[in-house]
Amino acid sequence: MKVGIKGAGVAGLALAHELISRGVQVELLEKNGDLSASASWLAGGMLAPWCERESAEEDVLRLGQTSIGWWSKVLPGQIRHKGTLVVAAPRDAGELNRFASRTSGFTWLDSDALGALEPDLAGRFAKGLHFAGEAHLDPRQALTALLAKVSASGAEASFKTEHFASATDLVADCTGMAAPDPHLRPVRGEMLLLHAPDVSLSRPVRFLHPRIPVYVVPRDNGVFMVGATMIESGDREAVSVRSTMELLNAAYGLHPGFAEAKIIETGAGLRPAYPDNLPRVTLSGNTLSLNGFYRHGFLLAPHFAMEAADRIVQHLQEKSLEANH
Amino acid sequence: MFEVYGEPFASRFLLGTAQYPSPQILADAVRASGAEILTVSLRRETAGSGTGGRFWDLIRELNVKVLPNTAGCHSVKEAVTTARMARDLFRTDWIKLEVIGHHDSLQPDVFGLVEAASILSDDGFKVFPYTTDDIVVGERLLEAGCQVLMPWCAPIGSAKGPVNTDALRAYRSHFSGVPLVVDAGLGRPSHAAAVLELGFDAVLLNTAVAKAGHPVAMAKAFAMAIEAGRLACEAQPLEPRDMAVPSTPVLGMAVFE
Repeated sequence: MKVGIKGAGVAGLALAHELISRGVQVELLEKNGDLSASASWLAGGMLAPWCERESAEEDVLRLGQTSIGWWSKVLPGQIRHKGTLVVAAPRDAGELNRFASRTSGFTWLDSDALGALEPDLAGRFAKGLHFAGEAHLDPRQALTALLAKVSASGAEASFKTEHFASATDLVADCTGMAAPDPHLRPVRGEMLLLHAPDVSLSRPVRFLHPRIPVYVVPRDNGVFMVGATMIESGDREAVSVRSTMELLNAAYGLHPGFAEAKIIETGAGLRPAYPDNLPRVTLSGNTLSLNGFYRHGFLLAPHFAMEAADRIVQHLQEKSLEANH
Repeated sequence: MFEVYGEPFASRFLLGTAQYPSPQILADAVRASGAEILTVSLRRETAGSGTGGRFWDLIRELNVKVLPNTAGCHSVKEAVTTARMARDLFRTDWIKLEVIGHHDSLQPDVFGLVEAASILSDDGFKVFPYTTDDIVVGERLLEAGCQVLMPWCAPIGSAKGPVNTDALRAYRSHFSGVPLVVDAGLGRPSHAAAVLELGFDAVLLNTAVAKAGHPVAMAKAFAMAIEAGRLACEAQPLEPRDMAVPSTPVLGMAVFE
């Protein structure tokens, strides 16, 4: 029995991993030349179910918590268990209270405790929230490592083609906005990568603002990801000046050292979302769809990939029973 | 009935469509609110190329009147261009006109507002101007062709409620006969009830519902408060007095002083 997976974003790769671990033969198809065309490539890589609960459904908190353990097990050494820091400018202190009232799993920090946690932010904020149970990863390293891992475990991976090398018993569509699903809508996100050797942060920092909340996620070698806008649009074009100004303003407001940073990359992608902004696994005939991860790809892919893999295995077993009768 | 530009509406609740946790919750909140007019922001959603498609479809499926807005426009030219894009996209000549004068406080630029209102009215638009509680600006907007005025009661998104009740009362009595919608600054249902009691015809709000812990329940709470406020206004509430007035007669009792 062989399953063909379309799309090598976080959903497709996590599903490949789960199928292989259930003993299913997998071929992974990516119509682009490499992994960089997926929405996942532009992700923040925050495993932050408690923070996301501020605007997301209870399911995101519940199902998202499994992801931290999953990633730690699947890609040991790549996950940083540093938690998340949430701060706001003094005049937006109300935003911090609002955020706290919608979430759980945090402790309040005063200025000293905040400075002990992130010395570069010492004295800059009177208070903040620390979500100690959260984690983060570098999405590009994680996707690359996951592809290497499933390939080493026997999955075929074909790039720049739309056809499977051999016949499949079931096709899993994990192509995000490229999927032919009328219920999906695109939510445009824009991000920047900055090289800021003068700034040192060891964990994602969310900088609250009534209109323009942003986050800064540290990567290796002085690189920081700043994101991300949320625009109801299918526009794939380059990042706008307005969004760039908003993201940079926030980064500078967090730490003036970002003024000397170099902008090394700008990116814009489309998050696939269903009307309730929650992912769905649907099985119809010999096609499974795993899609709609919205802004929660790395956070929810583990749970939904496991669910999809279980359903596929059950479907293939029923199919082989029918064939034997 | 609340009538604006010749169209009657049973609901006096105009609701915004931004910042909800999901389109599904937005749809549920709209149904709970009973709102018949929804305002949608064109600027961010289209990002210049009219591709907000699926989100628009979800709004259209709610089967309510769409009032596009020019939120985020900082100049007359930007606002006029956005209004024309909205007319093409939504096939409506209604426009909620915002010309923002200050990026941070979102205070309207009333000079640009009057100019843009005049251009758009001449172009056949039915303009709903987001303005301050300044009466002279209101008069200029009526001269420019507006048939409805939408004064703030506090800055956008501030949730402060009516911060200057005297100004709102003066505004209402000065513009008797003009439909008045309080737009911006409402935080709680009691704020909405208060401005309807003052005689305002309707309210327009967004953040107070969208960013509530339970947007659907809050939409319902606002709907009930708006209905209560309107009913109270029609029932002619007592004016405050400077002395106590017993509700039972004191005739026949001895008065010692």
